[in-house]
Amino acid sequence: MRGIIAYGAYLPYFRLQKSAISKALGTGGGRGTRSVASYDEDATSMAVEVSRTLMRNAGGIVPSSIYFATATPPYMDKTNATVIHAALDLPSYVFAGDVAGSARSVNVALRSALEGSRPTLVVASDVRTGRPGSADEAGTGDAAVAWLIGSDSDGPVIAEWLGGASSTAEFLDRWRQPGWDYSRVWEERFGEHAYLPLVTEAATAAFKECQLEPSDIDAVVVAGLHTRAVKAAAKAAGVDGTKVADDLFDVVGNTGTPHAGLVLASVLDKAEPGQTIMVIHLADGVDVGFYRTTDAIAGYTPVKPVAAQVAAGNDSLDYNTFLTWRGFLDREPPRRPDPDSPAAPPSFRGDRWKYAFVGSKDRSSGAIHLPPQRVSVKGGAVDDMEPVPMADVPATVITFTIDRLAYSLSPPVIAVVIDFDGGGRFQCQLTDASPESVKIGDRVQMTFRRLLTANGIHNYFWKARPAES
Amino acid sequence: MASRGIKDQVAIVGMGCTPFGEHWDKSVEDMLVEASQEAYASAGIKQDDIDAYWFGTLGSGVSGLTLSRALKIDYKPVTRVENMCATGSEAFRNACYAVASGAYDLVAAIGVEKLKDNGMSGLVSAAIPDDGTRPDLTAPAMFSLLAPAYAKKYGVDEAEMKDVLTRIAWKNHFNGARNPRAQFRKEVGKDVICNAPLIAGQLGIFDCSGVSDGSAMAIICRAEDAHKYTEHPLYVKALAFSAGPAAGPIDPDYDYTTFNEVVAAAKDAYVQADITDPRGQLAMAEVHDCFTPTELVLMEDLGFADRGMGWKEVLAGTYDLDGELPINPDGGLKSFGHPIGASGLRMLFECWLQLRQEAPADRQIKSVTEGGKKLGMTHNLGGAPGECVSFVSIVGSELG
Repeated sequence: MRGIIAYGAYLPYFRLQKSAISKALGTGGGRGTRSVASYDEDATSMAVEVSRTLMRNAGGIVPSSIYFATATPPYMDKTNATVIHAALDLPSYVFAGDVAGSARSVNVALRSALEGSRPTLVVASDVRTGRPGSADEAGTGDAAVAWLIGSDSDGPVIAEWLGGASSTAEFLDRWRQPGWDYSRVWEERFGEHAYLPLVTEAATAAFKECQLEPSDIDAVVVAGLHTRAVKAAAKAAGVDGTKVADDLFDVVGNTGTPHAGLVLASVLDKAEPGQTIMVIHLADGVDVGFYRTTDAIAGYTPVKPVAAQVAAGNDSLDYNTFLTWRGFLDREPPRRPDPDSPAAPPSFRGDRWKYAFVGSKDRSSGAIHLPPQRVSVKGGAVDDMEPVPMADVPATVITFTIDRLAYSLSPPVIAVVIDFDGGGRFQCQLTDASPESVKIGDRVQMTFRRLLTANGIHNYFWKARPAES
Repeated sequence: MASRGIKDQVAIVGMGCTPFGEHWDKSVEDMLVEASQEAYASAGIKQDDIDAYWFGTLGSGVSGLTLSRALKIDYKPVTRVENMCATGSEAFRNACYAVASGAYDLVAAIGVEKLKDNGMSGLVSAAIPDDGTRPDLTAPAMFSLLAPAYAKKYGVDEAEMKDVLTRIAWKNHFNGARNPRAQFRKEVGKDVICNAPLIAGQLGIFDCSGVSDGSAMAIICRAEDAHKYTEHPLYVKALAFSAGPAAGPIDPDYDYTTFNEVVAAAKDAYVQADITDPRGQLAMAEVHDCFTPTELVLMEDLGFADRGMGWKEVLAGTYDLDGELPINPDGGLKSFGHPIGASGLRMLFECWLQLRQEAPADRQIKSVTEGGKKLGMTHNLGGAPGECVSFVSIVGSELG
């Protein structure tokens, strides 16, 4: 049996009320909210966050490969998946590669993993928007999802992959030239015209391939960047419309590459053993697949259920802040030097520190050092340290400040000094928080972020954020 | 193993100090020439009489050539010194040791900084290539970390804390208003200080020291030669310096209400100078008030207040110009300004004026004129809470 051993979903903390768009521009917007990656997040940092969540559900399985799918890769030429690999502190023999460019990339990754034989981590993540006032701006959202695909010899499979079928066609529905920060789309009704026959074709073939009937289906997940076609897809596939899972468009938005996974996660969060789930993914063709939950899902407790993350969102984000974060509003910086980019050799030398937040622990005194040190601050022992992973250790704020002078895409910078449970201290930025609410004694957890970008180099490192309850 | 000190072995026999401020019309060279000419005149010497130089600057030049080129020094040793904001003090300390060693008869310590040519707000530090994981906080933010930690530890509420910090800034502006060389020569009302735009944490614009340009110089000789140059030398009683493991940001035992390096340097200095009651014995202290919470914490670290009581002493006026122990009678970094490499020597310049009773009448301290006290302190630090270097000197107007 092969299928999903573990899964995870990540929604960034912030939401934009779509009404804020129409209020500012007199056009665009709509009802509900969309999820917004913070100014210090990108597709890779969110991919790290979701992978960390997933690994807590993975029962210690080390994947043999990481496939990272995104239509919004922070780097070209350079592999983005290696950041996930480093942040998870995985051994160097684990393969990590990108499947990047189009929303369908996720199905390349998933299909390879499902048709393979080794445990594989598949991660999908996008940061999406459109030009101010566009349908994409209001209708998209930001998210990341991850699956650990494997066989029952690797660990308990909670959702067995039953198979599926695809259809493919070349047509211009949506496109984005490299370097553009928004997509272009053809007339909406044309895309619907092109997609729906492809849905029917792929669904028919998939039912036949897997010897299933529409009546066997307990839940249907539909996703794709053509929202109108997505809404009509269940009917075209011949399945019961009442079985279609909430597409999350009204609260999260259409998150693109990870979206089918996000909706699937919300279904799996509540699924019982023996349920058959159909996934219909519209992306330059249609991919249809079936999963059946196993008895093992009864014992599976997702670390971060989708519904809890939806509920935890902060929808007080200003539209002008949103525009600034996405680079559509070029605001006056403080009269300070441009931020420095990290240098390659020191980042390479200290990769376990920088990417995985691994400190060192003095064997004689037990003192924890962040960053790792050669000489202990307690007792001065030299080179008697062992690595100590700290990324998942909770901490408490012991003092803090609001730096209104420092450069930030989202000033003011909140800086905290935190003491970790069980030892270790660190000074860092606090994110996903407001300057008014921070106080001594606050509980925090670490989160992987993109601190800044300079010289085209993304400086990935860790920040604290308020602890999730 | 101990710090033996060189009490009464060397003396300061001349000093110069430029006005500090935004010197748009003066270069580094201009300020070096002006500070040195004033110092030479003060000691009644010519440049050729100097045997060696210690030249401090954080970033306004590199190597001894920055000084020797400006002053046209005739093939003498010039040592460039850098120790963050304690650079000027470090130049002075090493110059004193060179004389005490017998290597030279007459030396100069000079510091300079030109901060206003870069067009930035606040201090800008040179970037050393790294892995991008160091917290990148501005100086006011790092020092503002002291305020909530201190308030929490000693049960001071936020409004009281703001009053204490405001009182410190108010006092240093009051003193600076009586100093013709200071960058800010205006008294500022407490309500103005308190309501000023915030820079970092509780700190407003008036809680921060002045970013400025300036230079200061001291001329040093053996104590027995001092009267060749001046009737009223200042004798060096103690020179202490401390650099620690800089572990505050990584060691949970550090609580952001003290500077361990300052405590260590002060302890050493008091032993060297035979001081047992600093608050009672010192006529004054020039301390490193880079930001108002720094001065508050220093009062306790230097032994001028009991732990947790500094804030009450501040409010009671203990450290005012006419208080029991005047702190920063020249206006401090706050009002005099903080051209990094010059600041330690500028502090010494105030001791030079006050202990020799040459300060302007409206800021001459009574602990000297009426209290008969002979000792002054300069305290200088560089870095941030939990990871700094600290200097303490004691100088006095009499031997013994």
